[in-house]
Amino acid sequence: MAEAHPVGFQWVMEAKRRGAKVFHVDPRFTRTSAVADTYLPIRAGTDIALLGGVVRYILDNELDFREYVLAYTNAATIVSEQFADTEDGDGLFSGYDPHTDSYVQTSWQYAGHEQDSGSGHTAKERDGAAGLQHESHGAQVSGQTARDETLQHPRCVYQILRRHFARYTPEMVERVCGIPREKFLELARAWAENSGRERTGALVYSVGWTQHSVGVQYIRTGAIIQLLLGNMGRPGGGILALRGHASIQGSTDIPTLFNLLPGYLPMPHHADHPTFDDWVDSIRHPGQKGFWGNARAYAASLLKAYWGDAATPENDFCYDHLPRMTGDHGTYQQVLNMIDGKIKGYFLLGQNPAVGSAHGRAQRLGMANLDWLVVRDLFMIESATFWKNGPEVATGEIVPQECRTEVFFLPAASHVEKEGTFTQTQRLLQWREKAVEPPGDARSELWFFYHLGRRLREKLAGSAHRRDRALLDLAWDYPTHGPLAEPSAEAVLREINGYDVSTGRPLASFAEAKDDGSTAVGCWIYSGVYADGVNQAARRRSRHEQDWVAAEWGWAWPANRRTLYNRASADPQGRPWSERKKYVWWDPQAGEWTGYDVPDFERTKPPTYRPPQGASGPAALAGDDPFVMQGDGKGWLYAPSGVLDGPLPTHYEPAESPMRNPLYGQQANPTRKVYAHPVNSVNPSPPQEHSAVFPYVFTVSRLTEHHTAGAMSRTVSPLAELQPEMFVEVSPELAAEAGLTHLGWAHLISGRAVIEAKVLVTDRLTPLRVDGRVIHQLWLPYHFGYEGLVTGDSANDLFGITLDPNVLIQESKVGTCDILPGRRPTGPPLRDLVDDYRRRAGIVPGERPPTVTTRVRRPAGRSGDGPREKGADHA
Amino acid sequence: MGLRTFIAGWPVYRQLTGTDPLGRGVAAQSGRSAGLTARTETADRVARSVCPYCAVGCGQRVYVSDDRVTQIEGDPDSPISRGRLCPKGSASKSLVTSPLRQTTVRYRRPYSTDWEDLDLDTALDMIADRLLAAREQTWEDVDSEGRPLHRTLGISSLGGATLDNEENYLIKKLFTAMGALQIENQARI
Repeated sequence: MAEAHPVGFQWVMEAKRRGAKVFHVDPRFTRTSAVADTYLPIRAGTDIALLGGVVRYILDNELDFREYVLAYTNAATIVSEQFADTEDGDGLFSGYDPHTDSYVQTSWQYAGHEQDSGSGHTAKERDGAAGLQHESHGAQVSGQTARDETLQHPRCVYQILRRHFARYTPEMVERVCGIPREKFLELARAWAENSGRERTGALVYSVGWTQHSVGVQYIRTGAIIQLLLGNMGRPGGGILALRGHASIQGSTDIPTLFNLLPGYLPMPHHADHPTFDDWVDSIRHPGQKGFWGNARAYAASLLKAYWGDAATPENDFCYDHLPRMTGDHGTYQQVLNMIDGKIKGYFLLGQNPAVGSAHGRAQRLGMANLDWLVVRDLFMIESATFWKNGPEVATGEIVPQECRTEVFFLPAASHVEKEGTFTQTQRLLQWREKAVEPPGDARSELWFFYHLGRRLREKLAGSAHRRDRALLDLAWDYPTHGPLAEPSAEAVLREINGYDVSTGRPLASFAEAKDDGSTAVGCWIYSGVYADGVNQAARRRSRHEQDWVAAEWGWAWPANRRTLYNRASADPQGRPWSERKKYVWWDPQAGEWTGYDVPDFERTKPPTYRPPQGASGPAALAGDDPFVMQGDGKGWLYAPSGVLDGPLPTHYEPAESPMRNPLYGQQANPTRKVYAHPVNSVNPSPPQEHSAVFPYVFTVSRLTEHHTAGAMSRTVSPLAELQPEMFVEVSPELAAEAGLTHLGWAHLISGRAVIEAKVLVTDRLTPLRVDGRVIHQLWLPYHFGYEGLVTGDSANDLFGITLDPNVLIQESKVGTCDILPGRRPTGPPLRDLVDDYRRRAGIVPGERPPTVTTRVRRPAGRSGDGPREKGADHA
Repeated sequence: MGLRTFIAGWPVYRQLTGTDPLGRGVAAQSGRSAGLTARTETADRVARSVCPYCAVGCGQRVYVSDDRVTQIEGDPDSPISRGRLCPKGSASKSLVTSPLRQTTVRYRRPYSTDWEDLDLDTALDMIADRLLAAREQTWEDVDSEGRPLHRTLGISSLGGATLDNEENYLIKKLFTAMGALQIENQARI
């Protein structure tokens, strides 16, 4: 955090000054480690084993915040008797379908809800990255659930949790993660002690957790700990995602993502949502508790914002204008389709996949096989010049005279040359004022897309084709101003906020959205950002003139709440858990919730409220159900649905690992998304043979002085000067083993690529003793490419493409490789070297690695050291 | 210059008698530097902005003179950043004023070995034509059972995490109306 989010890190230091203990877990010692109380080096890709150890420590010693856990989580809920745990399945849960490598979730449901809750078969959900829909709300649960308030029922969540994590002992943590048990116990003890009425602990993560084939479950494990310790919805608590781009949160909320529409409404699926009613009911789940009960209003209002006067209740608000998903249409599937010649044109909008995406060679080969490519950026980036300067030109794989891709480079306006809102990492929208006009041909995306749309509509005027109806019906009349005819960003923000169609009055909140066509709302969760016709995101009351919550600086979704689920900061009766941790509470005199923040609860619903029989929507939430977007109002220790790879997190090895999974026969996530394409490959891992061909683990991250794929830093002279060269960090022990010299050259080889880097021999990396052997890890920055003031080979070229099943994020925080001293070959011999490694590793183009690797059931009581498959280990 | 003024102008004297015993501030100031004025004080205007790099959302003040950005500093009023910026945020002025910035449209013909110039308006028109052609060639109206698809899988887009909410809103709205489904951004990556 000190390296990649330095200014945010000042608050960690403030907390430390006030007595907080800071623990830092990272494969590499960084500036964060330097000021932490305790640093724990970890084997990349094993965080679930570490966190699972903490869960076990809490449960075994009964250190959970019992009052919170009983009232606010699903610990007491009884799970179906059909459920079978990974403990019984050698790493597989019940319901696994080997034909689709996915789960049927029926047996995971709460008792009595096997048939009416959950998603059933989830293969389709994986292709649609359905997990992303739950960024704003939980999955559905029908009706009331059976509970055992004593937590003794063998099938209550609490007991299932105990059994599931029983084998995550301190010894197992040491064996899997390489973290000595004393250090692990120091972490577990401090975390648990810092919990309860008087104290809270915060958990901070970034893409070191998300970019894994089982990444969503890392965060789930963190959520289980934070719920057990009562750290959610309370000041100083929470799970804080440090996102890496100025408005990456905004571009998820108002998504430029294939599977979502604004406000986490799903893009319709051709088979599941043929009609508007099918689509809406799949979101709101008639009869369900919570605020998604109003989804029909959000959906109708979005379509009204899109298609204006043409959208009427009679034509289902032009629902048939929406394109339909039929499967996986994500960015990695697209790149493979480009290579296969299925895609004509590609837009890159401030994005540089030639450097920033996994498997850079596949990205560049894909772009070299388009009809046309539009690149909009501040600088001439690698993704615009791959046909001329890319590594494949040097190897002869791309020949400019034979490359047909027509490339348009259009200069973009910078952040000071346009106005608009960024949504930062804690859901806070901040408006930027425009300082100057963009230079030359540079334009904002707002300008480009508004005028492109205007031109398309002019060209299609009078068209009778059914396919052109959606463009011609589009509400596309934004006012423009200035010499460049720049569209008004405020007018767009007003549409995002939503307004009353007849009067034009901006809505005050999403509660005013209607399903009859009388309101238009571009993104329902942002409703309120333009309340009273005032740009709330532009508010800049100084921090010196308001309290520490700073509610009048910018605007946070939803409803300007700064801490989500803050009803949990009060006890079930509505009183603060303690004076010290007071945040939001029930005022019995006034008959309403009050506090420092906007209460995340119906303002006048008393803590004693109990829903009448048969209630649904918000009315079905009790006065002590704080998790209002969850189907049962509870924080989910156990997730009966919504997560595709298991109701509980389980340690699986990364898709590429030098080790056999010490916990289960199941080696890697059995539901991970794998692409069997000739350009893609996965380095072998046990129990496959030849994993020793790629003996080292590598991981990547950011430098303080560079930004992502380098377009905004390798082009900026002070930053380029501070970090001028691509390098690889290795431990002195690995340097000795591999014959590497400090400041000399080395090259790294994976099944995809070979790259070179200067060697930095440093104690920042340390060999880990894991399961009786030594694992060497090496670290690379991923910012370099072949354009800009400073250049170097791209670390992302080393990665293959394997994705998390929930959200289709690639595993690009851990892979295996070999490292050799000296520079890499150039020209065609470079590919020969990769091919030689592939041959030795037994990589067959287009072949999938084995998915299910469970062993024959062993008798109970045997240790994990039993006999394994032939050739499984290379210790 | 009188003796008194001469002695008062002597840094050691100022250091020993003034408010700067360590000699790192006013005591060491030369006549020239005492007469200098910060660019931020003479700016024609100040725009309140937000750092374009990571997602912490540090407040920035963008100082403008003669319609050019002359300085970008941290906004001390921000409850998020309290006026601080990291090395990248501090380099924001160098980012927006970088001589490497492309300010004209560049065009590469199929099979060409070099760039050529192109007028922005022509480029926009050519892109519009190519979009319509790609749609026509790859349009899917219904699936094999006659259910609506209303889409093209011939067009892709990637990007948005460095852009504004308003921009992402228009991007998604226009592509969706075009039937272009394969719209992605860094949030997937």
